[in-house]
Amino acid sequence: MTKCLILSMEEWAEKKNKKKIVVEKINLKIGEFTCVEPISLINTFNAAVLGSWLDSSEITIETIPFEGKCSKCNRLYFPKKENGYKSPCCNFNLEEIISGRELKIASIDFKEK
Amino acid sequence: MHLPISDKIELNILHKNSHQAEKNKIKFNNYNLLCLNIMSSPGAGKTRLLEITLEDLSKKFHSAVLEGDMTTNLDAARLEKLNIPVVPITTGRACHLDANMVSGGLKLLEKKINPDLLDILLVENVGNLVCPAEFEIGEHFKVALLSITEGEDKPLKYPIMFREADLILITKVDLLPHLNFDIKELKSNIASTNPKADVIEISSITKSGFDLWQDWISKKILKFKNN
Repeated sequence: MTKCLILSMEEWAEKKNKKKIVVEKINLKIGEFTCVEPISLINTFNAAVLGSWLDSSEITIETIPFEGKCSKCNRLYFPKKENGYKSPCCNFNLEEIISGRELKIASIDFKEK
Repeated sequence: MHLPISDKIELNILHKNSHQAEKNKIKFNNYNLLCLNIMSSPGAGKTRLLEITLEDLSKKFHSAVLEGDMTTNLDAARLEKLNIPVVPITTGRACHLDANMVSGGLKLLEKKINPDLLDILLVENVGNLVCPAEFEIGEHFKVALLSITEGEDKPLKYPIMFREADLILITKVDLLPHLNFDIKELKSNIASTNPKADVIEISSITKSGFDLWQDWISKKILKFKNN
């Protein structure tokens, strides 16, 4: 995932002229229902970019809650592992996921040299 | 230095992989070749499943395998004995196949056989219940294996894998009489995580369930080819 993030940043920077910019912050939106552990992503990113053009950049992560929709009564709910992800209102299986699958670079804060 | 600028790009971190996966899928479609991504934890029985499956499947359909492994070609060597085209993909330190690796594997497969002659490509992913679930490779269907020795709770502990799967094969069910394992609880956990998935119980020792699995594959191939 860290590699994918760096590749995405490289691709973005190519369009901006990498040598003329300094990236200050990479603002991510990471859903709770993904295979990404935010602190691990930050740590691996910081290690991977040491000495590179992204060395001074900082990652911020906005966690997007895992939200489902009960297919019986249409109420939104926060699925919990302890409850088998079922809806607390009707005890229905998790059918529709409303949010929580996001793996996004929301924005990049940068300065021109 | 100028004032900071915020570029709101809203870009999927995995977009490069997704883009390559789409290209792979277009290639598979052009070859009229159904691609299954076979995933599980290490030791759930993926390679043994393929060995048994391909013995019968190869009589009806032209099959090939891309065999993902971190460090060895041991699994690929087992499958090559079935006289079908097998391409090993050694991922090194990566714990999953990505779309780029599969694209490379497909290029090597093209050197071995004209994919137009194939009906199905089985991609055995690296044994891991986490990362393979997030990385599309261009497959048409995802198949996840879960052996009963892993425990009933795994669909809840690794929900992305079991949520993403189109078919879940519960493997090693011949061990049921010897284990304190509640298969109803496992199926309930699968249903609550992914109510839409097909589920088949299977054993590579007794061969139970293989008829259902072979039937599932055959129907998918025929439907794909008729579309």
